[in-house]
Parts: sequence; structure tokens; C-alpha cells
Amino acid sequence: MTKDNWVVAGREFSSRLIIGTGKYASYEQNAQAAIAANAQIVTVAVRRVNLTDKSKPLLTDYLNPKEYTYLPNTAGCFTADDALRTLRLAREAGGWNLVKLEVLSDQKTLFPDMLETLEATKILVKEGFDVMAYCTDDPVFARKIEDAGACAIMPLGAPIGSGLGIQNRVNIRLIVEQSRVPVLVDAGVGTASDAAIAMELGCDGVLMNTAIAEAKDPVLMASAMKHAVIAGREAYLAGRMGKKSYADPSSPLAGLI
Amino acid sequence: MPMQENISIVLNGEAIQCPINLNFLELLNHLELEPRSLAIELNREILPKSEWENRQVENGDKIEIVQFVGGGL
Repeated sequence: MTKDNWVVAGREFSSRLIIGTGKYASYEQNAQAAIAANAQIVTVAVRRVNLTDKSKPLLTDYLNPKEYTYLPNTAGCFTADDALRTLRLAREAGGWNLVKLEVLSDQKTLFPDMLETLEATKILVKEGFDVMAYCTDDPVFARKIEDAGACAIMPLGAPIGSGLGIQNRVNIRLIVEQSRVPVLVDAGVGTASDAAIAMELGCDGVLMNTAIAEAKDPVLMASAMKHAVIAGREAYLAGRMGKKSYADPSSPLAGLI
Repeated sequence: MPMQENISIVLNGEAIQCPINLNFLELLNHLELEPRSLAIELNREILPKSEWENRQVENGDKIEIVQFVGGGL
């Protein structure tokens, strides 16, 4: 197959699988999963330094920011203001401006608050950030954040950490069809077939964390996800057959004995 | 009585004492923090790395020092 890269905010990647760096047993296991997944981008959180225990391992010692594109995210932020503070600090800490914005609304569902997300997107874009925005699978809001300048639209497949898979394929497909920037399913993937479905719908990529980190064998699941994303992408490019209500024999009817 | 040589600051949400006349790079050293990949917010504004050496820590400063850690979505 010829080169099938995707581009976000002028940065080109061959891997369409982005993985998180939370919930792993160790940073070491996380690093092994990143290799097995063939990830080029990893999401990271920004948190206060630990002033009492300085012997704690550093993420950067296991996942080298020179080898992986760090995508700082605002997980845990429930207001636009908190998200803005976090990403301004992230830009200062890392020195890059590609970020993942997520502004949550409610502890139980972790659904994004789209009004706050839209507001924060506008401000971040004005400040020179390249904003990949976590959003609901509502095509209307997806359009609004794209118009506000988001460089990627990241609709949820299902609630964060739920592993329920893509709940609304129609909406994800509508968002893919209308968007001029990359669309990545972010959240809800539970197993390899979910990732393949996201890619078959025409998404440019998939972001996941829990599906890999909480598998019984995270490194093996990372490899499964790599294959699923590639399989789904190739199936999308190949173009699936039409669906029919009745059987259609695959062997010729002529020459039957 | 010995001269007061400490100031009070709020660091990552906790009130602490630190020596007077430190700049921010010296504060990191004092806290035994490796400056690599850190970011500092001073009274809700980003304090760029380029200013760490020029800026003195003042009594009452509210300071956040953060780094990247593992996190998903």
C-alpha cells in the first residue's frame, strides 16, 4: 500500500492510533504498550509536582518527548478557565502548542460541556494553540468547534473509560462527512472491533487509554488495537460491498452437475 | 531574636516558608526540583523560563509548579 499518512495542524503522522498514559501498572508497561501500538502521539496530563516524594519515576524518562509527540490534555477540568490555565502551563512546560482540550460537565458521565469547550477553543486559538477538541457526537456542535478554529474534532464513541464501543455510528459518520479537519474517535473504545468500526466509518484516527491499560495483557491489547486500526482504515479505503437482504451465491450457477 | 529570614508563600496550594531573596531558579534548587520540563504559574500568570532567574520570590506569592504525568482522556 502507498503511504497513507494523516496531517493535523501541519504535523504529519503515519500511525492513526493515539494512546493515553494513565491507568497503567507502570510507566514501563506504558512504554511497552506504546511500542506495541506503534503510537506516535501520546496524551499526557499536567499536574502539580510532588514535593514530598521526589523519587517517583518521571513519565519523560520512559516515553521520550523527542520520540513521541506529547499531547497535553485537560482531563479533570470542569471549566474553560481551568482548561486554559492547564494548557498554558503545558505549553510552557513542553514548548509546543498542539493540545487536546476537554472540558467536562459531570462526574458520572464525564460528558464534555460543549458551551465551555467552544468558549475555550476560541480563546486558545486566539492565543496560538492548535486545539484538538474532545466533543459530543453532535454534528452541530462539531461544526461549531471546527468553525471556532479547532484543528481536529474528537467526538466520543461512548463515555470515557466505559468501553461500550461506538454508540452512534450515524452521528460519527455525519461528523466525518462534514468536517474539513481530521476526526478522531476519542473515548468509549472497549476492544479491537470498536476501533475497527471507528476507522471503517472514515475517522482519521482513534484515541484510547482504558481499553489498553485495563486489558488483562495491556501490551498484547495494544498490538490488537494497532491491527484493528489498520484493518478498519484499509476496509474504509477499500470500500465495503453493498448490504443485501438475501443470499447471493459466490460460486457460478452455470455448470452445476 | 534572630532576624526573620523566611517569607511565606503558597506553593501548589500549601502555605510554606522559604528563604528570602531567592529567584525562581533558586527556589527550584531549594526545593530540590530538576527544572527540566517544569512550568511555573505565579499569581495566576505563566512565569516564562526566561524570567526564572530575574524574578524574586515575594512574600505572599501564590505559586504553582507543574510537570507532565501519565494521564489519559
